[in-house]
Amino acid sequence: MRNFLIAALMAGVSFAALPGAPAQAETAQYVPLPTYRVGAYASSGELWWAGEKDYFRYINEVEGGVDGVKISYEEFETEWSPDRTVEVYERVKAGKDGSPLAFFFTHGTPATYALLEKAAVDKIPLIDPAGGKTETVDGLVFPYAFPLLFSYYSQASTGINYIAQREGGFEKLKGKKIATVYHDSAYGRASQPAIDLLAKKYGFENIQIPVADPGVEQSPQWRQIREAKPDWVFLRTWGASTPVALKTAARFSFPADHIIGDVWAGSESDAIPAGAAAIGYSALAPYPAGGDFEIHRRLKKNILDQGKSDLRDPKYFGAVNYNVGLVNAALAVEALRVGHKKFGARPLNGEEGRWAFEHLSIDDARLKDIGFYGLLQPIRITPEDHEGGGAARIQSWDGQKWVLKTDWIKADHALLDPLIRQGAELYAKQHGIAVRNPATEAGPK
Amino acid sequence: MSAFLETLIGGLLAGTMYSLVAIGFVLIYKASGVFNYAQGSLLLFAALTFATLTDQGAPFIVALAVTIAALVVVAVAIERLLLRPLANRSPMTLFMATLGLSYIVEGTAQGVMGSQIRALDIGLEDRPIFLGDILISQFDLVAAGVAVVLVGALSLMFDRTRIGISLRAVADDTRAALSIGVDINHIWRIVWAVAGLVGLVAGLLWGSRQGVQFSLSLVVLKALPVLIIGGFTSIIGSIVGGLIVGAAEALAETYLGPLLGGGITPWFAYVLALIFLFIRPAGLFGERQIERV
Repeated sequence: MRNFLIAALMAGVSFAALPGAPAQAETAQYVPLPTYRVGAYASSGELWWAGEKDYFRYINEVEGGVDGVKISYEEFETEWSPDRTVEVYERVKAGKDGSPLAFFFTHGTPATYALLEKAAVDKIPLIDPAGGKTETVDGLVFPYAFPLLFSYYSQASTGINYIAQREGGFEKLKGKKIATVYHDSAYGRASQPAIDLLAKKYGFENIQIPVADPGVEQSPQWRQIREAKPDWVFLRTWGASTPVALKTAARFSFPADHIIGDVWAGSESDAIPAGAAAIGYSALAPYPAGGDFEIHRRLKKNILDQGKSDLRDPKYFGAVNYNVGLVNAALAVEALRVGHKKFGARPLNGEEGRWAFEHLSIDDARLKDIGFYGLLQPIRITPEDHEGGGAARIQSWDGQKWVLKTDWIKADHALLDPLIRQGAELYAKQHGIAVRNPATEAGPK
Repeated sequence: MSAFLETLIGGLLAGTMYSLVAIGFVLIYKASGVFNYAQGSLLLFAALTFATLTDQGAPFIVALAVTIAALVVVAVAIERLLLRPLANRSPMTLFMATLGLSYIVEGTAQGVMGSQIRALDIGLEDRPIFLGDILISQFDLVAAGVAVVLVGALSLMFDRTRIGISLRAVADDTRAALSIGVDINHIWRIVWAVAGLVGLVAGLLWGSRQGVQFSLSLVVLKALPVLIIGGFTSIIGSIVGGLIVGAAEALAETYLGPLLGGGITPWFAYVLALIFLFIRPAGLFGERQIERV
């Protein structure tokens, strides 16, 4: 009933703050959550926010907060609209109830683009794991942007690495045809420079085929695929365009087991509507599916079984988008711990938040401690590298669920880093940004 | 040549899917002169209700019957709570009311039934059929057949039934229809219910293609150029408009797309509609508005 009332209110009022955790004045760290529970991307969002809120609730109620500092989260409905996310940002950037803002989850690449310059001025870190502008991996030019885990270039590189594995080695890529069917947007186009570079290095033919939003009719695109006869298709679609792509591929007899989806084309929401056409389809998984990781056992015992979960339907416990929320929340919590060690256990401000994220390091031992081993890759952020991971596992759809096929496959950073640096330097030149030198920075005390 | 023919036939068949959405708009526009912005939301509501019921284990027929009943209830509620209080207001007021209605229907439907995507299996496999070298989608063929049957049934309703004739009378001259005792509120309820049923058919077909989720309501964007080209008051116009848009989109994406960077289907249909607006503002089959000034 509560969800019903929330949705009904959201239908009438397009932008509104929603009830979150009870206010934790004084010692609580304020974390605003721009969310989308209605609108075109609600099916992903509903699970994502459940994962984030369940983890924050677990930290608050079971662990007593992050080093004793509780997290006070508050939802704002944006329908994935960047202008509304900007409005949320403006409303919350000064913090709340005495807590400053240590970071701001943008929850979407367009919103990250919209806030990039503003947040740098306000000194508030923008957190957008597996999204954002790829060049912002370079923290020397973009000190307040954190495209953690898996940039769009890494997605391209990991995808090609997996194809090489399946083909029996990189030398087997020479002369092959790899087509990218992409959502015709900044997100969809973001991986192109990396694929161009990879095509030159390995000698495969790079075919790029755009699908305009919303992509609900793709016969012309897949007819082109049938004529070009690619060996593999890299699917970089989003929303309804993914199941439509898989169904249309089946109609044009392109085998699903030769289609690799990227992060945002690889959830249950993408595979289930495609039915049998999705069987054998694989996807990059920096956020693997599954409800059997240690953290899930802890959450089940302490949150789900206690009736405290934000999940509307428990069958989605461990779904890809739920795990996206868990992982992102865990990254924030671990960064806060790093910050508390340096600045003390209290709510952090934006500059302290940046320092904390720039010194975030989670190794296998720590992953086991927090129950995320296998679900989250080891990550090490530095002032120079705001991605810190750059790997994904591969999961394949068996008709009912995602099945993990590989361990973490790393992107080719030796190849990608110069490309990222080149893009960042160009941006710095165009925008008159002085490149940082972390060694000489005073930093927050 | 076979590639061209395949593209053309595929586009024509895909166009009938757009027509199915456009017909719902035409019904309400014909009866009340209202451009019903909420048609996409009704389509979503219908498909979501059906999919939720089948998810809960309801047999196909039961789910269909309950969904139809729910659509009738919604139609009655819209007439009572929205149209009747706003009777005799300007078309713009009514349009804005349907705009608000679309948010209420979408939000409430997702609030009650959840926003998770649902697979919809209506027993139609999308296997290709080959005519020589030409691939034809079996799914699109069935959708085209459904569109033809729907148009036939609606034409019969308009031409041969008392309700249909009353509806045409209201569409031609509301005051005259009222003066001879036509119950306009009853007509509105029926038209909205029928538009909901058309939305159900379109929702089931579109939903089985892309899954049932919010973005289903966005397929109305495909219907707008169809309406502009075919005319807002003609069901046959919806079919012809759909065929034109479908074929033009497919041919343009295949032959012009590579020259223009690809991904041109959404705006190309609107360019085509704009051209029609210049040449034939009422559309191919629409009624020309003539006013004494």
